[in-house]
Amino acid sequence: MPENAKPMNDIRDAQLVARGTDGRLVRRPVSPHIGIYRWPITMVASILNRATGIALSAGSLLLAWWLVAASAGPQDFAIVQGFIASPLGLLMLLGWTASLFYHLYGGIRHLVWDAGHGLAKASLNSVTWAVIALSLVSTAGVWVAGYMLTAGAQ
Amino acid sequence: MAASMNTKAKAEQVTVMRSQLGRVRGLGAARAGSHHWKAERLTAIALVPLTVWFVIAVLSHLGADQPAIARWAATPWNAALLLALVAMTFHHMHLGLQVVWEDYIHVSKRREAAILATRGACLLLGLMAAVAVLKLATASHI
Repeated sequence: MPENAKPMNDIRDAQLVARGTDGRLVRRPVSPHIGIYRWPITMVASILNRATGIALSAGSLLLAWWLVAASAGPQDFAIVQGFIASPLGLLMLLGWTASLFYHLYGGIRHLVWDAGHGLAKASLNSVTWAVIALSLVSTAGVWVAGYMLTAGAQ
Repeated sequence: MAASMNTKAKAEQVTVMRSQLGRVRGLGAARAGSHHWKAERLTAIALVPLTVWFVIAVLSHLGADQPAIARWAATPWNAALLLALVAMTFHHMHLGLQVVWEDYIHVSKRREAAILATRGACLLLGLMAAVAVLKLATASHI
């Protein structure tokens, strides 16, 4: 048994046991071994799609709170609006906007793949970069538009 | 009487030496294998226009007070789109989080518990948001 190894609970664990160059039993690294791997952009994009999905799940609490507060009346609505306008609220809203756009464009990319298009290596990389660029531009665009709209109102 | 019912119930219990696989083999697919995959994508397709609409709606109501938001949400069209957004968001959310738990939780009891808890939380949050939208849509003070 390798040092610090847990007892085998799963038959598949047997496939992960190997001998190192010094002859000792080691646990094989699981692929993709992200510690020594040069991250392809498609891998980064895939991880980002999941991460933004989880972030949006947290953000959906804000959506639910906002709707409930709006239905409860002016006082409750002022509380949630006050939170959103606070530094923490604005930071969360910025993260939510960026996640939303990334997950939106990344999701469309996945839908196109699911339809069987755009799977050649060259287009994979260029489309992935386009998704990242487009989500950054959209996030910036929405915040600039929002800033100009609120600045104009005041 | 009770004794005869008891023997009758026992007589109906038949033990057949067949595996689970043997029982279903030859009956065809349950037609449910791709349900999760398909539902995740269909909700995603619905969320594309709904999300764009919601971002534009929020942008055009920045700084608006509660009565203005309530008036906006009370329009049948906006209320319907908000309900659709809420339903699709929380359905898509639970489908997506389920895949995350399936990938990273390797103890089956914990995994099933996490999936069920997520499903319950998404259902309750979605229902709560939907009730809020309906309350806004049917408010009498407008």
